[in-house]
Amino acid sequence: MQLTRAGFLALLWLFVLAALRVVRSDLYAASGLRVAVPGFRKSTAAKMRGKAPRQLVVTHGALAGTRITLDGRPIMMGRADDSTLVLDDDYASTRHARLSLRGTDWYVEDLGSTNGTYLDRAKVTQPLRVPLGVPIRIGKTVIELRS
Amino acid sequence: MGSPVQGAGGPAAGQSSAGTDAAAAPTRRGTELLLLGFAAFVVSAALMLVEANQEQQLTLRIFWYGLAFLGLFGVAHVAVRRFAPYADPLILPCVALLNGLGLVMIYRIDLAMTEKALRAGREINNDVPKQILWTTVALALFLAVLIVVKDHRTLTKYSYTFGLVGLVLLALPAFLPSVIAPTINGAKIWLKAGPFSLQPGEFAKILLLVFFAAFLVSKRDLFMAAGRRVLGVDLPRARDLGPVVFAWAVSLGVLVFQKDLGTSLLFFGTILVMLYVATERAVWVVLGLTLFVGGAIVAYNLFTHVQQRVANWFDPLATYADAGGGYQIAQALFGLGTGGVGGTGLGAGRPELVPLANTDFIAAAIGEELGFIGLAALLLVYTVLALRGMRSALAVRDTFGKLLGGGLSFLLIMQVFVVVGGVTKLIPMTGITAPFLSYGGSSLLANYVLIALLLRISDAARRPQTGARPRPVPQAPIAEAHTVMVERPT
Repeated sequence: MQLTRAGFLALLWLFVLAALRVVRSDLYAASGLRVAVPGFRKSTAAKMRGKAPRQLVVTHGALAGTRITLDGRPIMMGRADDSTLVLDDDYASTRHARLSLRGTDWYVEDLGSTNGTYLDRAKVTQPLRVPLGVPIRIGKTVIELRS
Repeated sequence: MGSPVQGAGGPAAGQSSAGTDAAAAPTRRGTELLLLGFAAFVVSAALMLVEANQEQQLTLRIFWYGLAFLGLFGVAHVAVRRFAPYADPLILPCVALLNGLGLVMIYRIDLAMTEKALRAGREINNDVPKQILWTTVALALFLAVLIVVKDHRTLTKYSYTFGLVGLVLLALPAFLPSVIAPTINGAKIWLKAGPFSLQPGEFAKILLLVFFAAFLVSKRDLFMAAGRRVLGVDLPRARDLGPVVFAWAVSLGVLVFQKDLGTSLLFFGTILVMLYVATERAVWVVLGLTLFVGGAIVAYNLFTHVQQRVANWFDPLATYADAGGGYQIAQALFGLGTGGVGGTGLGAGRPELVPLANTDFIAAAIGEELGFIGLAALLLVYTVLALRGMRSALAVRDTFGKLLGGGLSFLLIMQVFVVVGGVTKLIPMTGITAPFLSYGGSSLLANYVLIALLLRISDAARRPQTGARPRPVPQAPIAEAHTVMVERPT
């Protein structure tokens, strides 16, 4: 008697759990929505090494999500209106930094900014080569190169 | 997301989707069938426990009942497979479980009532054969809706017709003579013809909801326009208040003329939520709640039946012995208390001591026999149902579908809240049925129509888009290309 009582409650909850399992497996499936799964992203990041960078992506800051395709011409960054990437950032200077192509590599160069440019925590004092996926920080804005 | 949903219609999900993308987007019909089987098993187990605890003969009969149940929903499953192949796999099994357990509970209360009647030397009619008949009819209606409504967007064409018919249905019982529309349990919401009675208000809810969804889509900009700013809040313009006032008046009318608290609460709440979903402005909810509180206070002062309900809510034991007093709620609370955490076991409680145990108070009967654990599981099943509806509404690509899906899901879960809240003395008891669980033909029919519409919307939401997804634009050779901003989300 007690056994059947508990057994039925367990059965009922099993149904609920089975339903929730379906909900979980379905989280990313509906409507063709592609959501980046962390593990998935890592594997593509690994694949990206050795390829030529094709675009610049702003990962943090007011412009987060902005992408610029790289076409070989230098990219000016700063608050000036004629910059390629116009930074609306309190910590950025008018002409803050430049990304330019030398051979097959992109180099970042600080243009005498007040608050400095950082390539993955290291302050940029001379032109430095920018590998794929390494963050460049200017004030509160973080950008990186992707293929 | 910050930006509101854009534009009615949108790129159509093509009807001919069985082509290339079919393999990429799983239909998950297998999962649905598996869960349906599981639901049938749970229901059969429940029936077996009831029979065992009520000292009925345990025969192979139960097995056949379980199989028949599975067969009934199997038909529905095949129809979904055929007419809405991408529909959500969880909605139908959840409904099957709730409906099945409802049938078992009604049967169990029938047994108790028959015994009681035998002792008193009376004959009573059992409710469960009627409910099985209603379930069959409801599933047939479910199939009809699924087949007729091929695309939920076609409903917008008839929105004003639906609205008018809904209003007429809602108002009908109040104005018909009591030969056809008798007052049952203090509410004048029934239409009676021979042995059959219907609550047209149940259908009116869905029709009016369709109307409101279509109306809000076409007039959405109106509600976004801001009027005067008061205390830092953008008040809507006075002339845009029309729909809110209309909904308020209708629900108040239902309250006054039909003495049906539940329907009026349900109706007004759903309209408010749809306005909020359409405009994303909390002002509407605040305004609506203010109107509601005002209406409730006026109703409380004018009508004795409202005062009585509130008095029963505050202290059911104080009015325990009065006619129309707290007897029902007190008995329901005693039942829930007897059940405790683990329940008395199916068929081992005394749910017949609560009046209306198989309709409005079925939550109390379940709480008594399955306890908190079982009732919580059933509430979770309801939640999953509403969750999948909301999920479909989020994923569907047209505004009407979003509003309709959201509204229908909310209507479903609001019904559960109002009735379970009433039984457990969280809010005043308002007397509506628990969807799928309770005995009652109209409620069952209407809720199956609701589920058919939800399945239709979820089918549209999960159906892979054919050709609508833009292909990446081929890039110009690097030497010729300019520096362009490819993407800048706001």
